[in-house]
Amino acid sequence: MSTEAVMTPPILDVKLRMEHVGMVFGGDRKGVSVLEDINLDVCDGEFICLVGPSGCGKSTLLNVMGGFLSPTNGSVSIDGQIVHGPDPRRILVFQERAVFPWLTVEGNIGFGLSKMSRAQRDERIAHYVQMMRLQGFEQTYPSDLSGGMKQRLQVARALAVNPDILYLDEPFGALDSITRLIMRGELLRIWQVERRTIIFVTHDIDEAVQLADRVVVLSSRPAKIQDMLTIDVPRPRNISSPRYLELRDELLKKIRRAYTV
Amino acid sequence: MNLLSRPGRWETFFWPLLAAALFLAAWHYSVIWTATRVFPSPLNVEAGLAELVRKHVLWGDIVDSLRRVAIGFGSAAVIGIPLGLTLGWYPALNQVLNPVLQILRPISPIAWIPVAIVFFGIGDRAAIFLVFLGAFFPIVVACVSGVSSVPTLFRRTGRNFGLSPTQVLARVVFPAALPQILIGLRIALGIAWLVVVAGEMIAVDSGLGYLVIDSRNSGKRYDLVVAAMLLIGLIGLALDIGFRRLEKIRSVRWGFSHGP
Repeated sequence: MSTEAVMTPPILDVKLRMEHVGMVFGGDRKGVSVLEDINLDVCDGEFICLVGPSGCGKSTLLNVMGGFLSPTNGSVSIDGQIVHGPDPRRILVFQERAVFPWLTVEGNIGFGLSKMSRAQRDERIAHYVQMMRLQGFEQTYPSDLSGGMKQRLQVARALAVNPDILYLDEPFGALDSITRLIMRGELLRIWQVERRTIIFVTHDIDEAVQLADRVVVLSSRPAKIQDMLTIDVPRPRNISSPRYLELRDELLKKIRRAYTV
Repeated sequence: MNLLSRPGRWETFFWPLLAAALFLAAWHYSVIWTATRVFPSPLNVEAGLAELVRKHVLWGDIVDSLRRVAIGFGSAAVIGIPLGLTLGWYPALNQVLNPVLQILRPISPIAWIPVAIVFFGIGDRAAIFLVFLGAFFPIVVACVSGVSSVPTLFRRTGRNFGLSPTQVLARVVFPAALPQILIGLRIALGIAWLVVVAGEMIAVDSGLGYLVIDSRNSGKRYDLVVAAMLLIGLIGLALDIGFRRLEKIRSVRWGFSHGP
């Protein structure tokens, strides 16, 4: 393990803990091992980026954390409780085509709020419309929104149910580079206001260094935790500062190593 | 004519009208040139239509045909949609029932006529049964494929937000499959209209199908035969246009290609 992992601040409140998580698809004998002995503690309110070679099992890991897949080995626990299935307290955000095309912006944001009273729901929807800058589009259908707006809508839908953890699976991967840059800023802004634990899968090095408190580098399949890097640059981050560039280079080196292993 | 430019307003009416006029003219002159005694010219047909209207038989026949389609198609939808959704939702059940459906599906409803008469006798119910058969299979098939092609992403999102399986079906899978289900219903309605005419030629003594066969049998009135045929075409077109309006409803419009 690298020195950076030792530099991690003393763990205050472990939100999510993965212990010896392993995943084998298609039976133990001839199965394909996708995840191997993953151990990771994520603190409450921490912003983690997962990077690694494409196809290494990042999305599988996210689905295991989200409770959509149960690991064949080890366990995932949140607040000390073993995860057994999906739960509205932790929401997965995908690429922007995961918004529901048959619902308006309001309908999408209110999707997870059906147990609330009408007034409460409307108030919650209005709050997130405001926060995600979707004013004036409340009655619009996703087919009339841009890619970036759809993605803001998906984040709004997720935040509306007040989850403690957001899992984001390459959420900006299908957006153009300028929109992606703006979306990163938006995500950080929201994270600073609403302080949720965020686990963000990406294969964009800049994205990882700009966003994360800690970057976790996975090896190629079967994915193991290859390395970790704490990004100790205060926010808002100056992306041309020497420290930033140094960390970026270091991450690049670590990822190169992950690709060759 | 520049094919890239938007056609002018008059052009969108002019060319189709011209084509129709040319068709009528070709029909008219081929009747004259071949000196046929049997086949009517457009003018004969028009006179025939006027006669039907005057004798007050036409409206009753139209209503009877439409009523049979409404009941047959309606019951096919009421039974077929839940069945199709269930089969799409439980692939294991679909595997069991699919072979039976696939064998029954290609059998023309016309081939069922003798069976329908054995079951229901000569009468309304036999004709309605045939319409039902014609509409039922396309509806079931559209629902099954609609449900099974709903992206996993949507189902997962539904589960993620704490929905029970029934809620996922009602709030995610059904709306996601609805455009495909509507396409299936539209095809089924077209088939129902084809089948009702055939059924009425044999099983009953009213309706547009009966009008066709009766006009031929009672005095070879081919002017009335063709008049009834044209009416069948026009009403079929009207049904289809009416149904297509449903595709413009906002919550399903995303599933159809015609723009925002």
